[in-house]
Amino acid sequence: MSTYSLSDGLASGAPRLSRAPLLGSWVRESGIGILASVAWIAFGLCCLWWEDVGDWSRTHSLGIAAFVIAAVALFGTVGADYLGPAGRALRQRAPWLVVLGVFLTLWEVATAKFAWLPLPFFPPPQSIIEVYTDDLPKLLDSVFASVKLQLGGYLIGATVGFLTGVSIGWSRAVGYWVHPVLRFIGPLPATAWLPIAFFTFPSSWSASTFLIALATGFPVTVLTWSGVASVSNAYYDVARTLGAKPSFLVLKVAIPAALPHVFVGLFMGLGSSFAVLVVAEMIGVKAGLGWYLQWAQGWAAYANMYAALIVMSLLCSGAITLLFSIRDRLLVWQKGTVKW
Amino acid sequence: MVASAALAEIDAHRAAGAALDIEQVSHAFDIDGAELPVLSEVSISVEPGEFVALLGPSGCGKSTLLRLVAGLDKPRSGTLREDEVRITRPHPSRVVVFQDPTLFPWRTVWDNVALGLEAQGILKSQRHRVDAALDLVGLSDFRTAYPHQLSGGMAQRVALARALVNDPKILILDEPLGKLDSLTRITMQAELVSLWQRKGFTTLLVTHDAEEALVLANRVIVFSDRPARVKADIRVDRPYPRHRGDPYLADLRRQILGLLGLDATW
Repeated sequence: MSTYSLSDGLASGAPRLSRAPLLGSWVRESGIGILASVAWIAFGLCCLWWEDVGDWSRTHSLGIAAFVIAAVALFGTVGADYLGPAGRALRQRAPWLVVLGVFLTLWEVATAKFAWLPLPFFPPPQSIIEVYTDDLPKLLDSVFASVKLQLGGYLIGATVGFLTGVSIGWSRAVGYWVHPVLRFIGPLPATAWLPIAFFTFPSSWSASTFLIALATGFPVTVLTWSGVASVSNAYYDVARTLGAKPSFLVLKVAIPAALPHVFVGLFMGLGSSFAVLVVAEMIGVKAGLGWYLQWAQGWAAYANMYAALIVMSLLCSGAITLLFSIRDRLLVWQKGTVKW
Repeated sequence: MVASAALAEIDAHRAAGAALDIEQVSHAFDIDGAELPVLSEVSISVEPGEFVALLGPSGCGKSTLLRLVAGLDKPRSGTLREDEVRITRPHPSRVVVFQDPTLFPWRTVWDNVALGLEAQGILKSQRHRVDAALDLVGLSDFRTAYPHQLSGGMAQRVALARALVNDPKILILDEPLGKLDSLTRITMQAELVSLWQRKGFTTLLVTHDAEEALVLANRVIVFSDRPARVKADIRVDRPYPRHRGDPYLADLRRQILGLLGLDATW
């Protein structure tokens, strides 16, 4: 697995070289920052210059915000040397600021100003901002509902999957009975259970928790199991000659050795549980971001859908970031892990 | 208390090796239903505190014998005894250092060395023994390092410390220096001898290197090809530290290589 991060790749070459005269190197180092600032000023001007084709209340504030960001980009990158790590970080991300500014400008022009893109389906940036300011309570409620459901189901699924995986990997008897069941039920997409689950469980919440746990549990089980099964016998030999009892072999040898696999399982389980979460919320649960999406579609409130999608993607990405940082803490002993 | 009993036991054996009796031991492996004999009626009697090198052609079954002594496998026939007590399972009084250091990569150097005491449940009261063992192999500065940060020689020294921290009565070395570069190897041979002299444990060393056997051991046992039988049992009565160029050792070496079927080249 290779280590790769976008900002490293883009920004490492240019600012380091210093064989050109002072002015030249200054332009090279701050040029992209100035470009970013120009892009954001263009975005702000677009907001304020032309009349909107529709009725949006946040156009003016958005324009002002764009100027503020332009100012931060300009002074932050030009004066990066005086700002320490924050300045360096900003300078490194300056290329992205340029791209974002250009993208927002195009988006603004193509929607709010000239309606090149059909309007209700492609809302302008200011209408999405409007959702965040005016529909915040409902959106926050949905976020909390989703996080609660996801967290409960995921934790149950991960725990059960981990324990099952360790048991199958360790004990032949458990493997004999559980393995066929796992092979039969595991590959079934958890969403296939939806109709049955919503009938048989007392509440839609418990049904969804079960489904999310199921979606999480399968990959966690399989990878924990394969992790435990692939632990080298040499480790057990060493521990046994040093006086280890079976419980020590499981807890202090098999499990730590299997952890890298377990985290791959946890990562895969997280991905598939997101899918189940959204579907469950769209179909059965009357709360959460999935439900919010469905509700917004019912009202043809497309801006709300985009707003919810952005929040959802931030949450999912945040969950994966969290998982990876837990992994990095627990697996510091590993060389060369993927940066997320 | 279990802990104090174990502690007393370890202290009682401190500074003294155990006697090892291998009587008429035969062993075989099942490979696809076919029986592959690896040891044939091997009998060796080792005095407490002896340093015995087991020498033989590669794949002859020396390592299998070590696994039997360690208690990791049971012989098909014959018995092994440590101080008159029959060996049936692994015990921390007989610790193995393998050819690969097999350090646990998820543990720091200190935690790796502490493994035996932790497994026996006596780490809390015996932490100083871990520090002492690390001092002994000269790696105190690396206590918080992870195995992937160590060189091959350092890793093998950690493996040695992990064995010694248990104060073994019998130290079982399965070609522990086989994969090291020649310089590190010579240094560690000297370290092994001085550790053995200080601690007094009985040592069994499997090696394929006649010179190493002669520099380290006071007894060299030469095995035949598989299934291994004892071909010769040679005493090496020379004081330590020994010189590689010692004509007496050179003569013994020629004899041993002859036993291994290499006369023509020497």
